[in-house]
Amino acid sequence: MAEATSIKKPNAFVAFFLSIGAWFRAFPRRFVNFFKRLGLGIANWAKGIWQIAKEGNWKTRTSFVVMGFGCLMYGQWLRGVLYLVFEIGFILFMIFEGPPYLGKFGSLGSVVQGPIYNDAGLQIGTTDGDNSLQILLFGVVTILFILIFVVLYFKQLRNAFANQERTEFGMPIDGTKEDVKNMLNKNFHTTVLALPTLGIAVFTVIPLIFMILIAFTSYDYKHLPPGQLFTWVGFQNFVDLFNFNGATSMGQTFFKLLGWTLLWAVLSTVTTYIGGMVLAILINTKGVRCKKVFRTFFVVTIAVPQFVSLLIVSKFFDTQNGLVNQILRNLGWIDENIQWFGRTHLARAMVVIINMWIGVPYSMLITSGILMNIPEELYESARIDGAGPVKTFFKITLPYMLFVTGPHLLTQFIGNINNFNVIFLLTGGGPTSGDLMTPAGKTDLLITWLYDITVNGTQPDYKTGSVIGILVFIVCAVFSLIVYGRTSAVKNEEDFQ
Amino acid sequence: MMALLAISKVGVTVLTIVLALVIMVQLGLVGWLLVRNKEKAYEAALGTGKKKKYRSMKAKRITVLTIIHIVLTIMSIIWIIPFVYVVLHSFRANDYGVPFPDKILPTEWTLDAWSKLLGGNPEMYQDNRFDWINFPRWFLNTFVIACFSCVISTLFTLMTSYAFSRMRFKLRQPYMKLILVLGMFPGFLGMIAVYNILASLGLNEGILKDVALVLVYSGSAGMGYYVSKGFFDTIPKALDESAKLDGASQAQIFFKITLPLSKPIIVYTALTAFMGPWMDFIFVKLIVRGDFDYGTVALGLQQMLEREQYMTHWTLFCAGATMVAVPITLLFMFLQKYYVEGVTGGSVKG
Repeated sequence: MAEATSIKKPNAFVAFFLSIGAWFRAFPRRFVNFFKRLGLGIANWAKGIWQIAKEGNWKTRTSFVVMGFGCLMYGQWLRGVLYLVFEIGFILFMIFEGPPYLGKFGSLGSVVQGPIYNDAGLQIGTTDGDNSLQILLFGVVTILFILIFVVLYFKQLRNAFANQERTEFGMPIDGTKEDVKNMLNKNFHTTVLALPTLGIAVFTVIPLIFMILIAFTSYDYKHLPPGQLFTWVGFQNFVDLFNFNGATSMGQTFFKLLGWTLLWAVLSTVTTYIGGMVLAILINTKGVRCKKVFRTFFVVTIAVPQFVSLLIVSKFFDTQNGLVNQILRNLGWIDENIQWFGRTHLARAMVVIINMWIGVPYSMLITSGILMNIPEELYESARIDGAGPVKTFFKITLPYMLFVTGPHLLTQFIGNINNFNVIFLLTGGGPTSGDLMTPAGKTDLLITWLYDITVNGTQPDYKTGSVIGILVFIVCAVFSLIVYGRTSAVKNEEDFQ
Repeated sequence: MMALLAISKVGVTVLTIVLALVIMVQLGLVGWLLVRNKEKAYEAALGTGKKKKYRSMKAKRITVLTIIHIVLTIMSIIWIIPFVYVVLHSFRANDYGVPFPDKILPTEWTLDAWSKLLGGNPEMYQDNRFDWINFPRWFLNTFVIACFSCVISTLFTLMTSYAFSRMRFKLRQPYMKLILVLGMFPGFLGMIAVYNILASLGLNEGILKDVALVLVYSGSAGMGYYVSKGFFDTIPKALDESAKLDGASQAQIFFKITLPLSKPIIVYTALTAFMGPWMDFIFVKLIVRGDFDYGTVALGLQQMLEREQYMTHWTLFCAGATMVAVPITLLFMFLQKYYVEGVTGGSVKG
């Protein structure tokens, strides 16, 4: 690597952060442009449909009613049959499955389930009632299904019209044989993306839409289907979240936890990163014996499942029976047990330190390869200029590493904002405190708080959880989009190829 | 109360100071060492290093190396000792309710915990503290789930990354960004919906819960395309072009050129996918819902220590943790080379 480019790299790293500001400044313009493009797109699309209706022959016009007709008549029987099957399936679905969900989507159900008693007055069952949760969920599924239908409907219309035009101009039409061939060649991306996309749609997109909609409903332990109904409440939950009356209010708790979450993310990212780098440098120092043995020791700890290590350590620092307190007591250093996770500052220090124990080996694994790549000339010239060892580290090693591993560091940062395992398994969010809303604790991250108020507690509050989830989501998404657009990996995508 | 407060305050201060000191000392040491070698070379080249000075430097160097060795040894001990402790104490005498003995070596060796864990002790099923523990079953569940989800995940991930890396199509960039954004949403929040979707497919009864788990672990695998896409990006496109000239289709290029060249990334993807079910205790809890027979080892181990009287389960936990950690660790060590190549593949091009 040429020296000149290497020295410039730290500046590039600064530029990276400056460009984040630029992204925000450009945001309003992008926003407007998006809607402009959207409007133009819709106008063009309507014009296209009008043209098809006006100029289409009978084959094309029949496609308005029978999907795939235009394909079938021009010899594309595979496409035609698929379109037709889809249409029949859709119609059947809309007759038998969709309407019950869609019809009640506006109110999320009105009939409450009631008990059925036998003559002796014992409950033997329940009457059929509406299940708000299923209405919401399958309402979303139905709406998505309709959207897919609309897209495919217009696609086949355009396909039919294109076939008609091609015939008029005497151009060949891709038959079924070509379609199959294209699926393995020109359209290979559709083939390989089909199943993964279906998976993402079912296991990520639909649940995501569902959870976002929950934020606008009254779904909590007081409105728990199937026994009870919940309904739409508009932006009420957002209003409730930003209620700052009293220290234990939702709003204050949210911002206190947000503050600690960000502090935690910075601390844990920086400590593991520096620690890993120091460890890598120590192991790779010239003259150190048994490099492999030392490396192996640390790498082993990466392989052990994280929850196992964390559970072990959490019990070592248990107040009553913990190993550490035992040893300290037996040595006579302490009289009373130390509550490692019982005091705010100590607990916070402990999670950061234990997180170092978990994260440093991984960080070492990543950085050691890059460290060895730092050009020797850099150090030499620094030495000639009279730089001391500490100065060399801060002026050369650190900036260089920051530049090369910048994107990695930022993903780590986002990962730490959502670092569920460490907090949940070590402290469970505790210690609890009088100035936070229950069940939040002093080491709770937003994500563990979310877990506590939704799936873990006895009084789940899904609506609030969903609002918080959306806020966390927005913060992370904006951040990662900025990072994504600016990482060299994406910008120089074509470089290697 | 005050005493405790004082202790915790002292504790924090001491911990912070020690931490800061350790980091500072290490940083200084390392920086100094890095310059050291170059300094020597420089002096040798200019002939300035006097012999006497050189000797004192040699002594200094030996001191520094000794210190590094000591630091590394201490660090290794800190990192490895908890695991050694756990393995050793899985052979500890079965003294329920007794706090941790502070000895590293158990005083009395026994296979009690192991025989209980592996089902060799029918008595435990009479005891309601233990009757929910069925470790061999969990282990089998986990293994089967891991195998299936490993295959599906690897296929999904590789297919997605190939499409994003090698094909150019409409909506490619927006789709990549969309996936990136989708990944930011806390996964377990969506589990209520996922559970209901799976239930509507009938996957919420008995052994079908494990099928549901496979789907949960591998369904969205396409979203983890980044690392392998980065790897595919580094395979020269000239290879594709020449194959195309020879009449190869995209599918043939994928199977006959890209995949054979991507062994590290395939191993990396498969390894991470295989390890997933062994490590997750959140999704599995939400899917099996207390029906522990269909759970995985992670759920079981976490449950052992979650209960109030975790001390009664401690030796069992130690044995279970060893059972889980040893195969995974061996697998990891065995494939470590590929793993490192996979993680750093995109970034260490220098």
